[in-house]
Amino acid sequence: MNEINITSAKYGYGNSCINANIDSINITVPLDPDNRHYAEIKRQVDAGELTIEDAD
Amino acid sequence: MSKAAELAALIGSQSSLSNRNLVINGDMAVAQRGTSATSQSGTDIRLLDMWQLVEGADAVFTIAQSSTAPDGFNNSLKIDTTTADSSLSTTQFASVKTRFEGLNLQQLQFGTSSAKPLTLSFWVRSNVTGTYSVMIALSDATNIYQSHTYAISSADTWEKKTITFIGDTTTAIPDDNTSGFLLDFCLGSGTAYTSGGATGSAWSSSATSYFGGHAVNIMASTSNEFLLTGVQLEIGEVATPFEHISYGDNLFRCQRYYWQFGTGDPQYTPIGTGVSEGSFSNIDIFYPTKMRATPTIAYSGIQVFDGSTAEDVTGTRGSSAGLQSIHFQPNHGSLVVGRGVHAYLTGTSGYFSFDSEL
Repeated sequence: MNEINITSAKYGYGNSCINANIDSINITVPLDPDNRHYAEIKRQVDAGELTIEDAD
Repeated sequence: MSKAAELAALIGSQSSLSNRNLVINGDMAVAQRGTSATSQSGTDIRLLDMWQLVEGADAVFTIAQSSTAPDGFNNSLKIDTTTADSSLSTTQFASVKTRFEGLNLQQLQFGTSSAKPLTLSFWVRSNVTGTYSVMIALSDATNIYQSHTYAISSADTWEKKTITFIGDTTTAIPDDNTSGFLLDFCLGSGTAYTSGGATGSAWSSSATSYFGGHAVNIMASTSNEFLLTGVQLEIGEVATPFEHISYGDNLFRCQRYYWQFGTGDPQYTPIGTGVSEGSFSNIDIFYPTKMRATPTIAYSGIQVFDGSTAEDVTGTRGSSAGLQSIHFQPNHGSLVVGRGVHAYLTGTSGYFSFDSEL
């Protein structure tokens, strides 16, 4: 089964959120485990498939 | 069914006379994201509110809110195959699903000896006749299923189907905002999920029964389509008439999970107000209702105006989102520090969305 396609992820200012590109759309994801995008980002990070860049 | 028989069925269902339908947007009337999306693939395709198309194969779809509908309905969810996958591997599949928040399901009394049965009714239409699967799953860590088959007998003809599921006396649904339950209509599947046959009136954790007995493949040809509407899931063993609610009530229920500016809103529609800090601003936005979870935000075609200069929003510096509002910090070109600002849609194609769907 295909996964949600996340091509980049970077923490926002103060690590308040994650700015990500998912399925070619730029989105801002909250750090909420009940949010499905955050859950998928965390799953891919835990699986070693994705790295979240530090905030500027 | 006569009116007297309908009333008798309603009373006999031992269910409430209103708020019977556990499915939100079962009549496919609410489509905040738009009414059509082409070239869709992948496992998280969203168009009509509360409905997810999962394409776990090599097909491509157009998904749309269609005006082709049975009597009594104005809309359906339509899925057209535009790139075919006629030879599914054992684990490839596609399906249409909707999920249910656990705190809306406690009246089912699952996990107790009083667990209630559920009856599903829906209208379906396809050019592909044959045996289809529909299942419900307790989608927490236990992940157990109950699958049934139904037949589409006549091509390109609306048919109403009714299926009763038994309750689960062993597994409770968590009383929280997570997905305690899902309803899944199969469009095509490899044998890994079909070979065990339908569970019928039993719960199973066997993956081979997930879409047990499903025998057709909507993805097999670009001539194929699948339409669905009038989906109702209610307590009891009797299918009562579809519970129509107003568009406004339907929309409000959907907005707990998704809402957006855009799609019909005019140019310059305001999004929020705040204060400039030069290269970014602080904008507060309030939601129309308390959302299920902290939402993901996405946007396009947004500007911020400080009274003399308007700048395009180029990205998100940071955000502090809650269940009822968000403090959003958009990056943009230079504006005067300390000035009040407002953010707005720059054109009719602009949007700003908030997504906490399950």
